[in-house]
Amino acid sequence: MSAVSLTQIVKRFGNFTAVHPMSLDIEDGSFVTLLGPSGCGKTTTLRMIAGLLDPTEGEIAIKGKRVNDVPIHKRNLGLVFQNYALFPHKTVAENVAFGLNYRNVGKEDARRKVAEALDLVQLPDLGARYPKELSGGQQQRIALARAIVIEPDVLLLDEPLSALDANLREDMRVELKRIQQRIGVTTVFVTHDQTEALAMSDQIIVMSKGRVEQVGAPEEVYNTPASEFVAQFLGASNLLAAQCTDISGGEIALDLADFPRIIIAQKRAPKISAAGPVKLVIRAEKLLLRPAGTAPDGMLSVNATVENVDYQGQSARYFLRVGDHQMQAINMIEDHPFAAGAQVALTFRPKDCAALPLEVGS
Amino acid sequence: MSIEQREARQPWILLTPALTAISLLLIVPLMFIVVYSFWLKSAVGADTPGFYLDNWTEVLTDRFYRDILLNTLKIAAITTVACALLGYPAAYFISRSKGNKMILLLLLMLPFWISYIIRTMSWINILGVSGALNSAMIHVGLIDEPIQMLYNQTTVILGLVHFLLPFMVLNIFVSLDGIDTNLEDAASSLGATRWQGFLQVTLPLSLPGLAAGGLLCFVLAAGTYITPVILGGPPDAMFANLVYEAIIRQLNWPLGSALSLLLLIVLGVLVLIYNRYLGMAQLAKGLG
Repeated sequence: MSAVSLTQIVKRFGNFTAVHPMSLDIEDGSFVTLLGPSGCGKTTTLRMIAGLLDPTEGEIAIKGKRVNDVPIHKRNLGLVFQNYALFPHKTVAENVAFGLNYRNVGKEDARRKVAEALDLVQLPDLGARYPKELSGGQQQRIALARAIVIEPDVLLLDEPLSALDANLREDMRVELKRIQQRIGVTTVFVTHDQTEALAMSDQIIVMSKGRVEQVGAPEEVYNTPASEFVAQFLGASNLLAAQCTDISGGEIALDLADFPRIIIAQKRAPKISAAGPVKLVIRAEKLLLRPAGTAPDGMLSVNATVENVDYQGQSARYFLRVGDHQMQAINMIEDHPFAAGAQVALTFRPKDCAALPLEVGS
Repeated sequence: MSIEQREARQPWILLTPALTAISLLLIVPLMFIVVYSFWLKSAVGADTPGFYLDNWTEVLTDRFYRDILLNTLKIAAITTVACALLGYPAAYFISRSKGNKMILLLLLMLPFWISYIIRTMSWINILGVSGALNSAMIHVGLIDEPIQMLYNQTTVILGLVHFLLPFMVLNIFVSLDGIDTNLEDAASSLGATRWQGFLQVTLPLSLPGLAAGGLLCFVLAAGTYITPVILGGPPDAMFANLVYEAIIRQLNWPLGSALSLLLLIVLGVLVLIYNRYLGMAQLAKGLG
């Protein structure tokens, strides 16, 4: 049974359609991420699951029960906000105990549950403090404790890490995943950060302009993007116009100017069924730069010119020109990065390439 | 001069105009009033300078003054409670309305464009013997003779509420507007109904605004003298009317000074008690 299931839900605000018909089944105990840029409808979807917004059309079920008409306070959900939303006039312990007041939990039980929840988020001694006496990371942990202490059917996280600074964000990411696995609560996580999505999710739903672009496991979404949008949004990808010249034996042959013929497995291009113009997709970190003239080692090799270098410490992002193609590559730096203007051999494996059909209007 | 020294001086430079104005227009005249209150009015007209406690003895011992003072505080208290009850829902509505918040606030300010006296007198056209309400009731046959609805304590309170409500709404609005709406959502997600969430979260967080609005309404109501003159009858005189009587009608500046100082002291003490027991410092601590 799915923990959450959305059936053809639509949300319109006046003439604006924030979420186009969308169906989704979220497995019990899984960690699912709604990923997309701002305005893609991910938060709207989350708020519909939470009961903070009514879907214009369609059905929402939690644990197999239709909840369209169930008000938020009866849905038994844990909700965590980007800005923590702790009650400033209540102590940490009072904040965490808040939801227990509306459930039949005895005083003694409540105290124990609050202590357990604070232990779980590793802040056992802060019960008597007020939220504003805590750091951002601590506040977000308390918000998480408040949401899970009620043993919710679904935990809804609305960009919970976005307000934290970079280092803390990574720690909290690990922490959040640990807690989620420990209590096994079904979790819907909303973020615009692809790293968070890839690191934490069992399943990623990539959204754009109110539509679902792709649903899949992190690796699947990362390696085999279903659309140009997904390819661009998850990390840096090179999208090159190419011709599909042959489909046979489960393989696809791609031809493009200045490159040798590239043969890829058909499962890396599931949407291509006929010869014709396509887009070749290759990730920036799958392109390996070597000094010009290096033997290709069984990889495909083309000559490229480094136009610009974005030095990032352990790695560098190179802006390259191959014939008329502008490309990007991200490589680890061994000794020194290649300098701008250098002639290099750009090598890659055909199995790291994917292909997408041409999109209308692209 | 170092930057630190300049920065330390800056607040005082910026405060100088305001402090000068307050000293010249408030503190100095107040000192005159204090001095006057110890003079004596003489039958011939000119006041007798000196240090006499006669005025103070009179205002502190005469039951007449005490009763009017208590009545004034009672009217101010009723007005304040009425303003809070009427103003809170309005402020809540404005703070939660999207888009047209500015228009609603503008509408709230609109009455201030018309003189307070005119606004107060408008009640005569509504409630008077030949006013709108009586005419309407006679027209529909509800009554045969016009009813005298004006010139009692209720109309005084009505006029005061009419005058003071915007102050209350504005103060509560400012407080409510600063409350993160996610807090209410968080409360409902945890199982609180909207009403429970309101009582547990929104209401306590808006108390500073309610307290500030309440204080403002109470002080303004307690010091009013126009409303009882226009809308009250002879028994409805409020304390400020006594001051007016003494100074303008009887030309008894010493007595009027003592009376107005008494009102000032009583209100000042009430404000202090109010601050002490509403625990506003504690609330501010929670809010950060």
